Amino acid sequence: MPLKVEIEFRLNGVGQRVSVAPDMTVLEMLRGALGLTGTKYGCGEGECGTCTIRVDGATVNSCLMPAVDCEGRELQTIEGFAVTPAGERLARSFVNHGAVQCGFCTPGMMMQAGRLLDSLEMPSRETIQRGIEGNLCRCTGYKKIIDAIADAAGKDAQ
Amino acid sequence: MTTGSLIGKRIPKLDAPEKAAGRTRYIHDIDLPGQLHAKILRSTQVHAKIVRIDTAAARKLPGVHAVITAADVPWQRPIGVAKDHLPLKRDRVRSLRDEIAAVAAESPEIAERALALIEVEYEPLAPVLDTEAALSPDTPRLHGEDLVWEAPGGRREVLHKASADNVAMTFDYAQGDMAQGERDSAVVVEDVFWLHYVTHCCLGVSGVIAEFEANGNLLIYSNTQVPFLHKREFAELLGIDPGRIRIIQPPIGGGFGSKLDIYPFEPIAIFLAKATRRPVKLVYTREEEFAVSPTRQPVLLRLRSGATREGRLTFRSVETIHDNGAYTSWGATTPFVMMQTFSSLYRVPHCSYRTRAVYTNNPYAGSFRGYGNLQATFAVEAHMDRLAEALGMDPLGFRLANAQDPGEITPQGMHFKSCGFKECLQTAAARSDYLGKHAENRARWNDGNPVKRGVGIASMLHVGGGAKIYPSDGCGTILKIDDFAHVTLLTGASEIGQGSETVLAQLVCEELGLPLTAVSVVNNDTDITPWDVGVHASRTTFIAGNSAIGAARKAKAKILSAAARKAGVPAASLSMKDGFILKGDEKLYELAKFLRSLHFSDKAELVMTSFYYEPPSRHQDREFKGDVSAAYAWASQVAEVELDTQTGIVRLVKLTAAHDVGRVLNRLGIEGQIEGGIVMGQGYALTENLIVEDGVVRNPSFRDYKLVTAPEIPEMDLSFIETMDGEGPQGAKGVGEAPAICIAAAVANAIYNATGVRITALPFTPERVYRALHGAAAPPVWTGAK
Repeated sequence: MPLKVEIEFRLNGVGQRVSVAPDMTVLEMLRGALGLTGTKYGCGEGECGTCTIRVDGATVNSCLMPAVDCEGRELQTIEGFAVTPAGERLARSFVNHGAVQCGFCTPGMMMQAGRLLDSLEMPSRETIQRGIEGNLCRCTGYKKIIDAIADAAGKDAQ
Repeated sequence: MTTGSLIGKRIPKLDAPEKAAGRTRYIHDIDLPGQLHAKILRSTQVHAKIVRIDTAAARKLPGVHAVITAADVPWQRPIGVAKDHLPLKRDRVRSLRDEIAAVAAESPEIAERALALIEVEYEPLAPVLDTEAALSPDTPRLHGEDLVWEAPGGRREVLHKASADNVAMTFDYAQGDMAQGERDSAVVVEDVFWLHYVTHCCLGVSGVIAEFEANGNLLIYSNTQVPFLHKREFAELLGIDPGRIRIIQPPIGGGFGSKLDIYPFEPIAIFLAKATRRPVKLVYTREEEFAVSPTRQPVLLRLRSGATREGRLTFRSVETIHDNGAYTSWGATTPFVMMQTFSSLYRVPHCSYRTRAVYTNNPYAGSFRGYGNLQATFAVEAHMDRLAEALGMDPLGFRLANAQDPGEITPQGMHFKSCGFKECLQTAAARSDYLGKHAENRARWNDGNPVKRGVGIASMLHVGGGAKIYPSDGCGTILKIDDFAHVTLLTGASEIGQGSETVLAQLVCEELGLPLTAVSVVNNDTDITPWDVGVHASRTTFIAGNSAIGAARKAKAKILSAAARKAGVPAASLSMKDGFILKGDEKLYELAKFLRSLHFSDKAELVMTSFYYEPPSRHQDREFKGDVSAAYAWASQVAEVELDTQTGIVRLVKLTAAHDVGRVLNRLGIEGQIEGGIVMGQGYALTENLIVEDGVVRNPSFRDYKLVTAPEIPEMDLSFIETMDGEGPQGAKGVGEAPAICIAAAVANAIYNATGVRITALPFTPERVYRALHGAAAPPVWTGAK
């Protein structure tokens, strides 16, 4: 049996105590042990961004982060973000701008966009494009995602 | 509240709020009680005999419920378009992806550990790594023996006959008199083109869950794009009645044609479910998705085209060799679509078309958005530019002189009832200042500036009203209206992210005068929904849309006739709007209240109706003459590139697209389809390349297989040409595949316009472009018969 490590952290505002194997990723912990399937597996090597979550405010590819590193940290997933006022506003903008097709990249995009809007009040269109550079989408061609983020920022694209 | 027409409005997708909140449950997110996890052991050899498989150690690993090889399922039947592919390989592997054994275990990790304990001994065979080798008479045949099926009773039946050579499939077509075409030509051009491997890259990897119920019925959770066809195929595979198979499609993380065929992992999950009597889930890793999923079919293509001095096309002579890979999936049938572009995009009196899909030990090819048309259009549009140049004509004028008009029946027999081709050409050219820029860029070839600009145009023709690949192309609808005037629309049409659910709801609401909130769509369960041929060939809006409208009109007619009787007025004087039954502008009855008043009367059945639609037109004959669709979609796109001659880097700056879509139904949805298709086409042209060397996929990851990212997208200018197709739902035609088809062709023409260098192989990576500009390119060479 692999050794288990007990860790404590906050997830979407709620304290958690979880036993995890040392080789488990945060993505596996979220989807498996914690049953939060909004965070998606797309590649498992940090190349597609579908597993993006926030850790202490920063966006992280949860497939690359060992679960044991969550100790003492504050995590937010799409399930937590989607029910905040900022998350609801962003989701509405994604819906109304047609930024969602198959929807598989959407949770990761939402998280990445959420960070962008937190750190910059009025991001330029180019900043938005750079900001979601690590999040792949195969359906939309990105334009409507960029539009959605720009609109949610209260500013049309320049 | 008064609502206007919903047609042409920007309607957000009905499934978008769940998706944006991360609440949508894809197949990866579903776990059933008692579920086991499956993994597949694949060949480590490109081509070999299987001498021995030892699974003893794997079977003993705690947590392993079943280990199966071909020996455990002697009754397995071959799958695929040519039935040349056994899910678990018996005595021979023909590609590196081949399935040798499979494990069902308590967890994916245990299944993985069990795979490592399976020993396989191979006797290597000489690999056949390209089509040239495959066609050589000295090369052994890859399917040179009969594929024999052993029925459960011991009966033996040949299901795939030994092939005489390595040719998997051919599509040959001819019209007119080629010798006459050559004689009529003042100018003739000829080139060899190479179209590379690419793959779908759905963000959601492939997966399936299979479960046998206690009564022996099979329940499959599947990502398939064709649930009803697969129901039949699975039934045949298992030797059971199709009625005992139920397919549920959870929301799908991208399709693009990748889910049109059955692949071995699906039968394998079913075999394991049968062996263990437990639900079995099998989900790919991303590496598997890259290495073992079918690709777009790579094509070597030789095209010879001619025109008269006055600028009329005279003939096209086409030969293609498709690398089919080791097994036959839909990729082998793409020449069927390609021939339409050669024979009928432009008017051409004489055309000869000869194709061969050839077995090799490479990964095998499936269907991918555009279905051969990207490859065909790439060649045709290169020649439209080359012929125009040889004639000294402007490339737009030359195209307009040869473009199809509405009403045309081509020599192949395709009938273009609605056709906005010329308007597409003129619109895209005018909005991009194509001719002005074309002349300007050419004048700067030798200006000493290492950074060049180029502009290129390309157009396409594609099915837009269903595709008569099967004897019937239809879709069923059941429409239920409850006591509160809430509509449940049960449709056979699958949603794969493209927005069919929303557009069908919109079409129904338009008929019944209801808001979109009054409709729920059920579209993902073969036990509930009526039959449909599947989501492919840009057909869903057209076929399923017509079906849904038909059902809504039936319901409306019944409701209005009951209301007319009650009010004592003619039904023709009544209409439905905003949840009311109206006579002129006067509100006669509130719809919900009126429906409730029909309770327990003999009119009660009017709340339930169904409709089935199939466009009535002639099918193609055995020589491929005739119609393949009830309507055809057209588009012209202009690509503007910036090209750095010092690095070979090509940047797509702007894409101007004009699409004949019949009519815009959901503006937001159609923009999304076109923008997404453009960027997918951009990847095909510039960045995506599945590198297959010695039968091995060398870049099975997003790190090394480069998808276009957000900062790289071009400025996009979209125009919709509304030709109001007479057969289309509210005049609309299909659009799903169209936007991806022209980009590579337009970019190739733009590179030529920037530099004077014609590149006939894809993709336009910096290395390929740099070599071409510096005279160091090795252009594709025809390796088929002379």
